[in-house]
Amino acid sequence: MAGALLTGTAGWLFVVFAGLALAAAIAVVVAKNPVHSALYLLLSFVLVACIFILQQAEFVGAVQMLVYAGGIMVLFLFVVMLVNPRTVRTDKTFQHQWDVALLLFPILLIPFVYVLWTDKLPDLPVNPAAFQTVRGKLAGNTEAVAWSLFRDYLLPFEIASVFLLVALIGAVVLGKRSLEKMD
Amino acid sequence: MTVTINHYMIVSLLLFSIGFFGVLARRNFLTILMSIELMLNAVNLNLVAFSRRLSDLTGQVFSVFVITIAAGEAAIGLALTISLFRQRKTLNVEEADTMRG
Repeated sequence: MAGALLTGTAGWLFVVFAGLALAAAIAVVVAKNPVHSALYLLLSFVLVACIFILQQAEFVGAVQMLVYAGGIMVLFLFVVMLVNPRTVRTDKTFQHQWDVALLLFPILLIPFVYVLWTDKLPDLPVNPAAFQTVRGKLAGNTEAVAWSLFRDYLLPFEIASVFLLVALIGAVVLGKRSLEKMD
Repeated sequence: MTVTINHYMIVSLLLFSIGFFGVLARRNFLTILMSIELMLNAVNLNLVAFSRRLSDLTGQVFSVFVITIAAGEAAIGLALTISLFRQRKTLNVEEADTMRG
């Protein structure tokens, strides 16, 4: 089959990882305690990283582990500890319009199902070497991503660095106490 | 088991929908932020799957950018969480419904 992304054992592993990731995602949304939500989110991130590694996108998988599972999750757990979830009311988890939300979100399905039914992708065989070669020579996935990132996408890369600086300053300004109290 | 792009899209769609439902339905500001992360993660899954399907590296580079934006968004969102909690002593988005102060 030309369009097969994964076959054999890798395919079954994908089914296991994807099923567990979806279960963890449901647990994130349903859990009453924010700490439980954060830990289920961590599980979901790790499983999605496993799926990335399964399809030979090792660099994205590693970045997912480092940035999401390492950085963002620590940030989340840190804030959960700062705001002390015991003071947050947990008797009502969902807003009162949650049933409307449950009715509305299948509307998202329509464009997705349309794309699935009218699959116009070129029927090329999957070529994993395409993201492991640099200038015709076989290299690692990380090296290939680096070549693409620093040559073809250098300007977006620099803009992303400016964006991170903006986010850094914004987080400091928002997070500090008001100026009057500091005086 | 042969996995095609359609399987990836179904998983990504379900993950995105779960995150979307979380954003719409939850009261806790922290859980809403976590649901947004779930949605961004679903988009990454799709980008990497299409990168493999089309044998093109662009999808992977783009998903690295998406992860960067997610990190910035999480930092700002959590700073807002702390700011909200300091002013209102609550994380319930239904109680923080005034524009002033």
